[in-house]
Amino acid sequence: MTATDPVHETVNAVYLSDSRRVLATLIRLLGDFDVAEEALHDAFRAALEQWPRDGVPANPRAWLVSAGRFKAIDSMRRRARFDALDDVGDKADIAVDDPAAWADEESVEDDRLRLIFTCCHPALSPDAQVALTLREVCGLTTEEIAQAFLTPAPTLAQRIVRAKAKIRVARIPYQVPTHADLPERLETVLRVIYLVFNEGYTASSGASVTRHDLSAEAIRLGRLLVELLPEPEAQGLLALMLLHESRRTARTSMSGELVRLDDQDRSLWDRGQIAEGTRIIERALSSGRVGPYTIQAAIAAVHAEAPTAAETDWAEIVGLYDVLSRGDSSPVIELNRAVAVAMRDGPEAGLHLIDAILERGDLLDYRLAHAARADLCRRLGRTADALASYKRALALTRQEPERRFLERRLAELDA
Amino acid sequence: MKYLCLVYLEEQRLHAVPDSECVACGVGLRTSGLLIAAEALQPVDTATTVRVRNGRVSITDGPFAETKEQLAGFYLIEARDLNDAIQVASKIPPAREGSVEVRPVRELTP
Repeated sequence: MTATDPVHETVNAVYLSDSRRVLATLIRLLGDFDVAEEALHDAFRAALEQWPRDGVPANPRAWLVSAGRFKAIDSMRRRARFDALDDVGDKADIAVDDPAAWADEESVEDDRLRLIFTCCHPALSPDAQVALTLREVCGLTTEEIAQAFLTPAPTLAQRIVRAKAKIRVARIPYQVPTHADLPERLETVLRVIYLVFNEGYTASSGASVTRHDLSAEAIRLGRLLVELLPEPEAQGLLALMLLHESRRTARTSMSGELVRLDDQDRSLWDRGQIAEGTRIIERALSSGRVGPYTIQAAIAAVHAEAPTAAETDWAEIVGLYDVLSRGDSSPVIELNRAVAVAMRDGPEAGLHLIDAILERGDLLDYRLAHAARADLCRRLGRTADALASYKRALALTRQEPERRFLERRLAELDA
Repeated sequence: MKYLCLVYLEEQRLHAVPDSECVACGVGLRTSGLLIAAEALQPVDTATTVRVRNGRVSITDGPFAETKEQLAGFYLIEARDLNDAIQVASKIPPAREGSVEVRPVRELTP
């Protein structure tokens, strides 16, 4: 047993580093997600049996793809009731199988992109895109995904089954989009990754502020995407996630309470992530094709560069929000701009902008709009308005630490 | 693989796209070998719904559900995969006025 342990460790290590790559190639070769997943497991089972006996192959990944493909074809043929004689012939066939046809670096890297774009195909529902990406690209189990999204596991399993059925029945092709479709399709992929990140960073519900695993998974995905497809907006998103992530420790107090940006202990910010994020933004900006993720990352970088909250360059931030809303004007961006204006020009100016958004009927059910309004009213000494807005925000929040934060504010004002 | 592209339009938009444009679209698709059949439909108030329950035929006026958009026509196309089918669907002129639902055709098992 001891003699085989290093080999077992090798198999485990290869599983961690390469199982998604092998799966991505198997899906292309076998044309079906479920068949490929079964083949992947068969291949690793075969590795556990054969590597201790025959030694670890020179190219484990190619060996696994070959073994998985063989196992799948074998079981397909057995299911189709081919007779035993044919089986012998097939095995000989596989032995001379030429890995060069599919194992070269470029087509294998393309397979990973194919997998990402297929999981994030716009013909799948956004929920299904997220679940499928975490399952197939990140290798999370259905139970892990269900837990992270506070969804019952059977619901999530069903979602994945339906998505795979749609890929098969409607014939969603396993390919990287053509040049013409790329910008739009990339947008869907980026949205899925950012959604996963946000679910981990500001979990929309539940007992804690953040769910670290999902954010880490999203950053891993972002890195993979930038590596495979160095588009400026993919870089912008990765930078944005890194800059948010750099503040993770400072965002919650020891007792699990939410700490606002201006109250955070900036010595807790992760300088390594800030430096990396800033470097990536510079690369994205130099492309000359600047999109919303890159601008949001630039805003996060302005915060990251300020030694204290008071020294934040709010004029620069308002300017960046102006650029952002020129490209894609949404009420949430307007709200963020209003908060920045309040910091630059005083609470009165910000409140005026927020009230204009709410009077238009936008963001009425958005807890952060009411929380921001409450905060500005509080600073202006308009206690009754502040109380009303805090209460509205409190009624809308589904997150425990946020609820406690708002209750504290309410208690302070009432006193 | 066959896909049925179902064209949905709001009643008052039924004639928003000139017939000539739809004819041209059909001819184009037929020439490139992508089209199997295409027809435009009369408005939904000319429709009759037929059901058979317990061996008895029941006939009612119009479609069952009251929806804003109604089925205005269809294109049965041949496409390699969903991406190709979406390409074709996006070129159907009423797509800019209403919507086009792209459904894979199920082969019946005899």
